[in-house]
Amino acid sequence: MSIAHELRAQFPFYAPKAPPDHYLDNAATSQIHRQALDAMVRQETSRANVQRSPHRLAEAATLAYGQARERAGRFLNAASADEVVFTSGATAALNLVACCFGSTLKPGDEVVLSAAEHHSNFVPWLRLRDRAGIRLRVLPVLPNGRIATASLADLVTERCRLIALTHCSNVTGAVSDVKAAVAAARAVGARVLLDGAQRVQHGPVDVQALGADFYAFSGHKCFGPTGVGVLWARRAVLDALPPFLTGGGMVGTVSLEELSFAPPPARFEAGTPPIAQAVGLGAALDWMMTLPWAEIHDYESALLARLLEGLARLPAVRLIGPGDLDARLPIVSFEVAGVHPHDVCQVLGERGVALRGGHHCAQPLFAALGSEGATRASIALYNDFADVDALLAGLEHALRVLS
Amino acid sequence: MSETVYQQAIKALAEAAHGSGRLEHPDGSSRLDNPLCGDRISLTVRLEGDVIAAVRHETRACLLCRAAASLIGLRAPGRSRAEMADVAAALEAMLTTAAALPPAWTELEAFAPVRAHPSRHGCVLLPFKALNAALGPSS
Repeated sequence: MSIAHELRAQFPFYAPKAPPDHYLDNAATSQIHRQALDAMVRQETSRANVQRSPHRLAEAATLAYGQARERAGRFLNAASADEVVFTSGATAALNLVACCFGSTLKPGDEVVLSAAEHHSNFVPWLRLRDRAGIRLRVLPVLPNGRIATASLADLVTERCRLIALTHCSNVTGAVSDVKAAVAAARAVGARVLLDGAQRVQHGPVDVQALGADFYAFSGHKCFGPTGVGVLWARRAVLDALPPFLTGGGMVGTVSLEELSFAPPPARFEAGTPPIAQAVGLGAALDWMMTLPWAEIHDYESALLARLLEGLARLPAVRLIGPGDLDARLPIVSFEVAGVHPHDVCQVLGERGVALRGGHHCAQPLFAALGSEGATRASIALYNDFADVDALLAGLEHALRVLS
Repeated sequence: MSETVYQQAIKALAEAAHGSGRLEHPDGSSRLDNPLCGDRISLTVRLEGDVIAAVRHETRACLLCRAAASLIGLRAPGRSRAEMADVAAALEAMLTTAAALPPAWTELEAFAPVRAHPSRHGCVLLPFKALNAALGPSS
């Protein structure tokens, strides 16, 4: 029995007796782990708000929420759980940085992005450029979709205040050369933001070893619930930022004459937070931290290799992304000559193979690669060779149906 | 099921690409994107009074969208602005509530299997929205 089949027993998605779909849309959303679902149900079944009352239920909710923060901190190897801010997802976390860190920037300051960014780490910076007069500099991509980090030397200047990069592309699966970006940022005193939305599904992260200043991710891409995500930042960095949303829970003193804010992370969590979702995410991360990641990585790489080899045998298919297994995760996008990705996804979807097609919220990347869109398959730890084979067989069927 | 969605009538329409191209000196034009999947259509139209004299489209899209654009290229010339608005509304209603189509537009029945796939409704409707945008508000 493969590790995937041992793990499937822990996912309600795989519980029905009827064979489930060949779910290969994990880069969009992973399936939820039973531990996360159970924790959410428990939390919502006898719930109270956090940090509002001394009664038993409120204390229990506050403790559970705090435990979720600690688990997220350990998952990221944060120096302290107080460096973890819960948000509604990676998009909100990235917007928080663009808004709060962005408010400290002056006209002419520079932010370095890459052409491989998801719109979530591109559009907020475009908006800030238009609002605040900062300058955006965009690292190009190589023909295989990898970010051309050699261009850091030209694009990172003394005016650079932030390098904001994806940790792993949601289109190509390429893992960014974070070390090079951090070195370039440090040389000019700039901060580094990593969009970890795609990376976290494939194991815990060490933000301290990475050398990042900000790290963002979503719960639903790492076997947790939707509606919750994390922004991690170094404590000193968070301390220096103004609030994002305002309201209850994020203040010190409020009067007409005086307004002060709570210290992080509360400063960035106005209103009632997504308590059950955070608790569910904490449970998912707690489970992930028990897994044998070296073995899982080898297993996912074997699935990835089978997929890449199978695609290479189809003359109509053009890979969008690196063809090798180095520094990449099992996210694979490809074009099918003469067939629109939406049509590929439709035909395969009806055969039970769940894929995603289009520009994957990465229009600048597709423009840079001269592509109008792609079909994407993304593999998680519960996938197996039958899933990959169903995709490859389905592609041949789609070519017959659509030709 | 995909054989039903991608039935011969749809594939033939898409392949024929009726009305593909661009009009010189059009009375109206539009460019619409489907942000979900990246479909894009650029459409130009020439009017004689309230009647569509000619329509051309450049469609970079999925098969369903190309088929719908092709049908517009084939059938819209000679139709009034009001009739095309009614047809677009009837098509949307057919996709969402299984409402009946206008008798003169039975070719649209080919899109009926798309009803079960809400994420694809926008693909079929995009060319009709582009035509509506190119026609602009009636004077």
